[in-house]
Amino acid sequence: MGKVIVVTSGKGGVGKTTSTAALGAALAQRNEKVVVVDFDVGLRNLDLVMGAERRVVYDMINVIQGDAKLTQALIRDKRLETLFLLPASQTRDKDCLTEEGVERVIGELKKHFDWVICDSPAGIERGATLAMRHADIAVVVTNPEVSSVRDSDRIIGLLDAKTEKAERGERIEKHLLLTRYDVTRAERGDMLKVDDVLEILSIPLLGIIPESMDVLRASNLGAPVTLADQNSAPAKAYFEAVRRLNGEVLPVSIPGEKRGLFGKIFGRRAA
Amino acid sequence: MLTEARSIRIKGRSFLAVVLTPDLPFEDWLVRLDDLAARSAGFFLGRPVVLDVSELSLDRAALKAMVAALGERGVRVMGIEGARPSQLDASMPPGMVGGRPAADVEMPAADGQAEAQKPSKAQPAEVREAAAPVVRAAPSSLVLHEPVRSGQSIVFPEGDVTVIGSIASGAEVIAGGSIHVYGALRGRALAGSIGNSAARIFCRKLEAELLAIDGIYKTADDLPAELRGQAAQLWLENDAIMASRLT
Repeated sequence: MGKVIVVTSGKGGVGKTTSTAALGAALAQRNEKVVVVDFDVGLRNLDLVMGAERRVVYDMINVIQGDAKLTQALIRDKRLETLFLLPASQTRDKDCLTEEGVERVIGELKKHFDWVICDSPAGIERGATLAMRHADIAVVVTNPEVSSVRDSDRIIGLLDAKTEKAERGERIEKHLLLTRYDVTRAERGDMLKVDDVLEILSIPLLGIIPESMDVLRASNLGAPVTLADQNSAPAKAYFEAVRRLNGEVLPVSIPGEKRGLFGKIFGRRAA
Repeated sequence: MLTEARSIRIKGRSFLAVVLTPDLPFEDWLVRLDDLAARSAGFFLGRPVVLDVSELSLDRAALKAMVAALGERGVRVMGIEGARPSQLDASMPPGMVGGRPAADVEMPAADGQAEAQKPSKAQPAEVREAAAPVVRAAPSSLVLHEPVRSGQSIVFPEGDVTVIGSIASGAEVIAGGSIHVYGALRGRALAGSIGNSAARIFCRKLEAELLAIDGIYKTADDLPAELRGQAAQLWLENDAIMASRLT
């Protein structure tokens, strides 16, 4: 049985879709079978970031309503054999996502894939709660600024209350992915510090992704940043995040921060 | 225009109300109610009555008719429990939530024998006593092992709340007793919510948005700047919130 990850944040524009695509492509490069699922019905973007927008025939709503089989709706990535996309519908309303339908689709995907990565829409409404409903692991995407941190805190509360795992009395594994970390702004001191964010959210840190033109360039190319430019700083940070997802213990380094005289390692943990 | 910076007191208070749970068909239930009323005139007179309709599926008109039928019998409904917002409108008693069961209210005996042994119900003092067996349960407390996240609201009128972790910005904890936070207090903490002026608030790091004890409140702006980010305790003295550093 595969693992289900939800990539969520509460706030929009923090990098959920970019991170979903980058993590998916990074996992697939380790020869794991991955499907990325777009839950943003009506405002789908994941197909664009994956460069699959011209190959969408059926979408998740079609599968839920029985108009198409799951295998017909899945799109295989042209570059990576083991990476698939299940697109959202752009024309339908999000009310078409039913609880039973989502459960059936996720259940089926879990049987065939090692990782099911759900790209949650922004907000805390139906789409977001359905995307997190069946997750085993949550990746909470947060920018180092107060509004994003508070929204993430709200989402963590929902993850602990509204997911299937939480309702069974189990704990959902939660990880913080700090994105759009701007080195120059951090140097000027007009951004929340990493430690402050960790203290407020008190969940373990999966990685820090620097703000970079490489991410934008990759999105415009229709390729996840971990495929477009594997040596760029954000790609490296995503590769490390994936290793941590697989249970490796790696120190997290803060972009732009000089290491100490003795090559001090920044081992960071959250409470 | 406001010239005086006097705060408004907002408190919670719990009263014992009689809860009536009608069953269907409603006509039969009314007959039984009339029978009860015949045995004990004025049983419901002057008592706060809450109507529990959580087991019934009624539309707004039927619920309205039910309230009216009770009104004709001198039963004045102060609130409706278990109703959906769609069942209520402005002319009806307000919906009530969060009720907790209390001791059963003694019903008038069927044969009037027990009635004779008791002092007359007409004495208002006696009625009041029967209607208010507010038994204070043993002091209880709630311990939360997780941080209170933004958007969460913890309401615990029974006693103290202890949070092992932080209360996030946009979260609130309302306690009948004191509030203890072993972490940062960034959200709202309302202690002594049911009229307990001896309640206190303790925290490891004071960054609260709003603090209240027994209905007296302070916003973040009213707090002394030197306490921000410090371990602190807050208490009430002569209707004013006092704060000091915890060392």
